[in-house]
Amino acid sequence: MNLPAAPNFRAVWAIYRVEMARAFRTVLQSIISPVISTSLYFVVFGSAIGSRINEIDGIAYGAFIVPGLMMLSLLTQSISNASFAIYFPKFVGSIYELLSAPVSYLEIIIAYVGGAATKSIMLGLIILATAALFVPLRIEHPFWMIAFLVLTAVTFSLFGFIIGIWAKTFEQLQLVPLLIVTPLTFLGGSFYSIHMLPGIWKTITLFNPVVYLISGFRWSFYGKADVSVGVSLGMTLVFLAICIAIVAWIFKTGYRLRN
Amino acid sequence: MSSIISISGVTKTYATGFKALKEINLDIERGEIFALLGPNGAGKTTLISIVCGIVNRSSGSVTVDGHDISRDYRAARSLIGLVPQELTIDAFETVWATVNYSRGLFGKAPNKDFVEKVLRDLSLWEKKDSKAITLSGGMKRRLMIAKALSHEPRVLFLDEPTAGVDVELRQDMWAMVRRLREDGVTIILTTHYIEEAEAMADRVGVINKGEIILVEDKAELMRKLGRKQMRLELRAPLAAIPDGLSRYALELSEGGNELTYTYDNQSDRPGVASLIRDLEAAGIQFRDLDTKNSSLEEIFVNLVRQEP
Repeated sequence: MNLPAAPNFRAVWAIYRVEMARAFRTVLQSIISPVISTSLYFVVFGSAIGSRINEIDGIAYGAFIVPGLMMLSLLTQSISNASFAIYFPKFVGSIYELLSAPVSYLEIIIAYVGGAATKSIMLGLIILATAALFVPLRIEHPFWMIAFLVLTAVTFSLFGFIIGIWAKTFEQLQLVPLLIVTPLTFLGGSFYSIHMLPGIWKTITLFNPVVYLISGFRWSFYGKADVSVGVSLGMTLVFLAICIAIVAWIFKTGYRLRN
Repeated sequence: MSSIISISGVTKTYATGFKALKEINLDIERGEIFALLGPNGAGKTTLISIVCGIVNRSSGSVTVDGHDISRDYRAARSLIGLVPQELTIDAFETVWATVNYSRGLFGKAPNKDFVEKVLRDLSLWEKKDSKAITLSGGMKRRLMIAKALSHEPRVLFLDEPTAGVDVELRQDMWAMVRRLREDGVTIILTTHYIEEAEAMADRVGVINKGEIILVEDKAELMRKLGRKQMRLELRAPLAAIPDGLSRYALELSEGGNELTYTYDNQSDRPGVASLIRDLEAAGIQFRDLDTKNSSLEEIFVNLVRQEP
């Protein structure tokens, strides 16, 4: 009796709901604290320092940093949400249930990454709304704005998922976000245009994948970009493809899950 | 009876090179209570984890009700409920949420009445809105069982179910296992509390160092391997066992007040009656006697010891 097994949508929903419930249970940590920190960025960079900075590419500095700030939160929150979501059951041992359940790897991914991405997209939109209180905003390409938002959230949630599976300790869980992602994001043009960088650094910075994300995202707001939008989109998709390939390999081999 | 779980040629070698299982062949019959006995590190949990899909096997195949656990993993896994040894629950979830989550995870449609019944059966209903972290150890164990039963499994694995559990809960659990069996659920329990297997199991398997060294009907096993002992309390202490009784291989206690005769049901050693006649003939009088069967525990210890 080898019937083609139907997808287990109920499991996807069950996992997704638990992940969302966690966000609302820890609303202070997952929603309010990013809003506060974003507001602080606006006060410090937008008003205090920003008032001394001229427009960049014809955009007021306060408005210029909005896409970068959203990306900053999107990246870090996607990674931390997804990595924690899969690391925690591994850590306490309750992962046994997930592994013994009739769910496919794809369903596990959709549920966990979907949950993490939803949370960070919501967060991004909250930050956008917060920013609108401080600076006048315009969004020239709303479709692409949403597209970059979703694509980035999904890609970095996948990346976080990989980190969560790879990590054996809480320290390792923090390591990649802290040592790699945060610096790359800060150096990725959140607060400046890469054209403002001196000579060689302009070239070096092109190796930073975050540059492409922020540039593309900023283009969807103001129609101005550091690198062409096609390249931005292409780089994002490449990174997404790399993450998918790694996840596929993890599941094929059972790496750090089914040993 | 047809087998519901069929394990053939299963081996497991961990990345470290440790061979946890060597060629396991085992069939679990539909509706039975099967006790898997073995010392710590024998491979009990590894074997269960393979059947449940938590650990990848190195070779061999497993079917659950005819469904291959790899090719047809959805069908196979949805039949199985697992209560692991460790108390591993998301501490911040409520009892109600976590049990319903388990049901959803296994693809079953929400059924509040059924989940309520499971919780009531396990005396957890009062605690349904409590977070797992606030429960006592025994309550957590009940919660693990509730999660495993939430999706109406046909096969239930209980890995060391009564480790660190108080007497009351242990009895509750035994009662629950019997009820499940009446409903046709197959139960596989691992334990190193032999009394548990002795009280509950239909069949017993003994695993040691990654090998199944014996699978036997419990009653049959006790009959075959069970030994009896007769202890005689003597009226007058004996300095040495008289030569005429040497064929009984009696043991004399330190003070010479007690004689112990060990015999098994199948051996050709002479029976108790002839010993008593011979004692009388030798003029040895005794005040009292008692006999006892060896327990499964003693059988088990002997089996495991025999292994090199």
